[in-house]
Amino acid sequence: MSVEAKTQETEQMNAPLSTCTTCPYCGVGCGISTDGVTLKGDRQHPANAGRLCVKGSSVLETLGDQDRLLNPEVDGEVVSWDQALDEVAGRFRRIVDEHGPDAVAFYVSGQLLTEDYYVANKLMKGHIGSANIDTNSRLCMSSAVVAHKRAFGEDVVPGCYEDLELADLVILTGSNTAWAHPIVYQRIVAAKQARPDMKVVVIDPRRTATCDLADLHLAIRPGQDVPLFNGLLTWLDDNKALDQAYIDAHTEGFQATLETARSQGNDWEALAAKMGVSKVDLTTFYHWFAACERTVTVFSQGVNQARNGSDQGNAIINAHLATGRVGKPGASPFSITGQPNAMGGREVGGLANQLAVHLDIDNPAHHAAVADFWQAPALATKNGLTAVELFEAVSSGEVKAVWIMATNPVDSLPEADKVRQALMACDTVVVSDCVASGDTLACADIRLPALGWGEKSGMVTNSERCVSRQRPFVPAPGQAKADWWIITEVAQRMGFADAFPYQHEHDIFAEYSALTAVAGQFGKRLDLTGAADLSADQYAQWQPQQWPLNGDPRCYADGQFSTPSGRARFVSCENPPVRQIGDAFPIILNSGRIRDQWHTMTRTGRAGRLFAHLSEPFAALHPQDIERYRLQEGGFVRLTSRVGDALVRVTRDTGQRPGTAFMPMHWTDQFSRRARVDALVPARLDPHSGQPAFKHTPVNVSDWQPRWHGWLFTAASPPAVEYWARVPVDAFLQAGQVQRYRLAGDADLTEQQLHDWLPQAAQWLALNDPATGHYRRAALDKDGRLLAWLAIGETLPVCDVDWLADCFAVEADIQHMAILAGQPADAGPDLGPVICSCFQVRQKTIEGVVEEGADSVEAIGKGCQAGTNCGSCIPELRGLLETCTS
Amino acid sequence: MKRLVVVGNGMAACRLLEELTRLAPDLYQITVVGDEPFAGYNRVMLSPLLGGGTDEKTITTHPHQWYRDRNIRLITGTPVVAIHRRRRQVETAAGHLLDYDRLLLATGAAPRQLPVEGVTLDGVVSFRDLYDVRRLLSLPAARVVVVGGGFLGLEAADALVKQGHDVTLVHSRGHLLNQQLDESAGHRLQQDLEARGLKFVMQARTQSIEGTCLEESREEGGRGRVAAVHLADGQRLPADYVVQAVGIVPRAELAASAGLTVNQGVRVDDTLQTFDPAIYAIGECVEHRERTFGLVAPLYEQASVCASHLAELGHRRYLYADSATRLKISGIDLVSCGDFLGNRDKGKDQGETLQLNLPGSYRRVQIRDNRVVGMVLYGDVSDAPFFEKLWKEKADISALRETLLLGEAFCKRPGDSDENSEEIAA
Repeated sequence: MSVEAKTQETEQMNAPLSTCTTCPYCGVGCGISTDGVTLKGDRQHPANAGRLCVKGSSVLETLGDQDRLLNPEVDGEVVSWDQALDEVAGRFRRIVDEHGPDAVAFYVSGQLLTEDYYVANKLMKGHIGSANIDTNSRLCMSSAVVAHKRAFGEDVVPGCYEDLELADLVILTGSNTAWAHPIVYQRIVAAKQARPDMKVVVIDPRRTATCDLADLHLAIRPGQDVPLFNGLLTWLDDNKALDQAYIDAHTEGFQATLETARSQGNDWEALAAKMGVSKVDLTTFYHWFAACERTVTVFSQGVNQARNGSDQGNAIINAHLATGRVGKPGASPFSITGQPNAMGGREVGGLANQLAVHLDIDNPAHHAAVADFWQAPALATKNGLTAVELFEAVSSGEVKAVWIMATNPVDSLPEADKVRQALMACDTVVVSDCVASGDTLACADIRLPALGWGEKSGMVTNSERCVSRQRPFVPAPGQAKADWWIITEVAQRMGFADAFPYQHEHDIFAEYSALTAVAGQFGKRLDLTGAADLSADQYAQWQPQQWPLNGDPRCYADGQFSTPSGRARFVSCENPPVRQIGDAFPIILNSGRIRDQWHTMTRTGRAGRLFAHLSEPFAALHPQDIERYRLQEGGFVRLTSRVGDALVRVTRDTGQRPGTAFMPMHWTDQFSRRARVDALVPARLDPHSGQPAFKHTPVNVSDWQPRWHGWLFTAASPPAVEYWARVPVDAFLQAGQVQRYRLAGDADLTEQQLHDWLPQAAQWLALNDPATGHYRRAALDKDGRLLAWLAIGETLPVCDVDWLADCFAVEADIQHMAILAGQPADAGPDLGPVICSCFQVRQKTIEGVVEEGADSVEAIGKGCQAGTNCGSCIPELRGLLETCTS
Repeated sequence: MKRLVVVGNGMAACRLLEELTRLAPDLYQITVVGDEPFAGYNRVMLSPLLGGGTDEKTITTHPHQWYRDRNIRLITGTPVVAIHRRRRQVETAAGHLLDYDRLLLATGAAPRQLPVEGVTLDGVVSFRDLYDVRRLLSLPAARVVVVGGGFLGLEAADALVKQGHDVTLVHSRGHLLNQQLDESAGHRLQQDLEARGLKFVMQARTQSIEGTCLEESREEGGRGRVAAVHLADGQRLPADYVVQAVGIVPRAELAASAGLTVNQGVRVDDTLQTFDPAIYAIGECVEHRERTFGLVAPLYEQASVCASHLAELGHRRYLYADSATRLKISGIDLVSCGDFLGNRDKGKDQGETLQLNLPGSYRRVQIRDNRVVGMVLYGDVSDAPFFEKLWKEKADISALRETLLLGEAFCKRPGDSDENSEEIAA
């Protein structure tokens, strides 16, 4: 190939595809370039410069009309949009008229675009006149919002991603960055490779995949962040490592904060013991913090989702203020968000205790300015109900109509079973969603089909304040409409047509940008005024830009903050009270994300390959606890808390602290029988932010031994058995998409029951061994095509589930014996689980490459491609390298 | 040279002659007397012959030339009527007097007669030999009732359907081939054969066979012709022909008349010797350790053992070995072995039943104490050797049990099977 041709090819590879948009998943906000058929990372996007994680890479696989909500429905009947909108507007109007504006509420989502968010907020606060609009960002970010507002006077993330590359010390606390924010993690990995002197400290009770990168892992006991960072403040003071000049010039409240911190003393031995780490590790951390001017502390849900989440955030910020490390290159506290547009929601005022554009409801000047801008005399005058309170109010009947948009509170709120009961009893539940089935949708009286990613158009803001476009590239399915359009239509029908004249999302963004001028009047940094006069064409051509628009990529570098005094505030953080762990609930349950899934799986749950990494809901426990509570690795565990229970698989994880367990947050009733972690979580809230403590649930664990195990492949619903977990298969039958169910139960089965679980079929394959309770069934149509497959046994029937999945996808004539066996006759060696999802490389293939001499992750990549795309599996590759070579 | 006379020219006799002439080609001057007018043929192939799937030439295993090549004198078409043991001489109906030093009886078996009125009518036939087949092949299109749902009856019925006859098979039991098949396989066979045009009346006892103009024929000295079969439940099945296929009885009259010990058949010891040390017997005519025979596998084994004794190399003993029965009916393969219902051993429990049902194929394996005690394979019998081996070796199958019925390709032998590992996590 000539040099020229090569250059051309490289250029082609680098050239963006027809549509540049933003990934629908985490708050990193990566740019994606796609033509609807293929997809790649957008090399021009500042967040990812072309990289994508496995979730982002597979997002096209989650598109398609399957299981999409296609038509508006009222009380189970398909209706026209006119009817549906009239119904929503009519019911809300009637309830507001009869019971006042606080009898209605919106519960919205970080999945909404900024324009959607803006009109929802404007409708509820400005024109209905209640602040009863809250968002699921309450569950993930509201403590960080409080911490930012308390410290800086505004909800501003001072730093940017580049700081992670410039820093000499990166502290990752309460964040499994490797799995939850893979591209941010990859950027840190690359920076550390380039500058091996750079240090990474991970603070997490769990040894997560993120620890792979850590020079130091502080596995503190759950909930010990405040003592840790208070200790840091004291240590810095003891060791004359404070930036006194900065403290004096740019902050207030330091002395009181230091005194509070010092009240726990400076016996590092004792503090280390209290936190469950070694003194050496603790003081090493303190040393490094003192020594590295360029320090970034990344914090996420592990910090936020606690009863003292706000204080934990401020304890971190305190340490940065005390060393003058805020908003400087490579030096800042850095809250990273979980959702694609949690930041956008926070900007427009999507939380019940925000007004709009970083202004406050209870500030009369703010109130007057916004009321004037919106021409909204009814503008709410007091804070609304935060998420948990809101659903309690639904439960008590105080709120009589709730409109839920693009989120799934029946799975994601604490005491989730109560939320379901509340919704079932509620007068009017409206749900706008893009999918047709979900645990919250099941409670809806009115269902409104919304556009999904790839169809909708608008802005999102990522964790570093970068505003990017989500652009449509596939047509809307059925009658689905943009959320802003739906809200606007309802607003008009409620009598607010003058205030909601929007024809295009661009109109809304321009109005919102203009409103940020009001924020500027009050000294806020949020500034999009440069976009207030944006033309539709400019909007269409929008390139990713950070706010303040046309400003510095960092905020507060000059030491001038958004507080009235211009000084940053130290916040005294009391150590949390010591809570005795009772015998009834001796294990502390943590919850969080896994690498290949997202939220309640409404999107990732559509792509079979995203289950290759972890296919079933589980609780990870330390081997000691597995033994102590007589559980079985790979077996089943029933977890019970004060408010609920769950039944999941047991995984052994030496990375867990003894006495703790971890459950993924993703599984819903759509994917497993009883694995909703939030059904276990009591509604205990941070008093300042109202954010629930998802990371600290006392539970009991007990072994559950099913009498039978099984696999079921069918396009139908799962049978009513004690345990099932679903994985979609990339095969479609007339009856719908094929699903793979792992089953287990302890009730006796009859052959008739097995028959009832399977569809009508022209031909049957059957294997019966009643003495051992082993049964296999395959249902075929008249042409011999596989329709369903079932195997039940005292132990899990042996089969190759991936091969079986392929049997549904191909029309080929497959040998009957092989179908029943669930594996090809000349079964090759079992290659183990998929490690690299991108290239579908399995464990034994990788081990083979290692045995052939690969001695590094790079060499493995060369040998079998594993880890060469998104890199999410690199920690696991390293683990395999270690096991294979030891 | 010693003289060997072989009475009977069926499959057992032919196999013995093969073995003997190989072991001791010059030991005997051999004379074979067969009452059928044919050289040696494969009786197993009579059904395909009747069904039109082959011809007489093809099924002739031992043509006249074969005997000539070995200096064997073959006398056909005449039965032996007497054995003069004292003179060591046999006498044929045609008047031959043949001296012997050793005599082998391989007289085979005769079709069992239905114990009902009318069996002697014209049109009541059996299905035993080439003569019967020729007769059946010459029938004009007719209504035929086959009595007996065993192997022979099914083969005859199936072949007759193929010849274009309207055939009804009457069987006294609930399912076909009840000696070889369990109920499921028997019902499957019935369905498959029904699909090919054969009709069945099950659990039916034949009461009598009705003849036409019985009285007149008698007066004229004739026997009358078949008109119908009457069943015990009162049903009347009109018939132009009736094929009796209700089993066989050893032909032991000749031996009995010669004073040899005969019970159900000619009694032989483990060397296949009869009461008279100069006289041996093999095949369907014998009774060995209270057992009589009808399948070809034990006959061949007897021929082999007996040949070794006649060849004066005798040290082998015949011991009945239960072996699998392999049948093919109308292209459907069947294999059956052992205690497939688990009810043969009165002192033991029934054990456990494993069943596999596929379109066109069925398998049943009966397990007791983790060992295969019997099986039935229907349709796909490719794994018969695998199961038979497990059965004969009494191998412990607990490690194979989950996929046992799916056959060898899906059964790793214990030791090389991985632990059934299932991982939810990579």
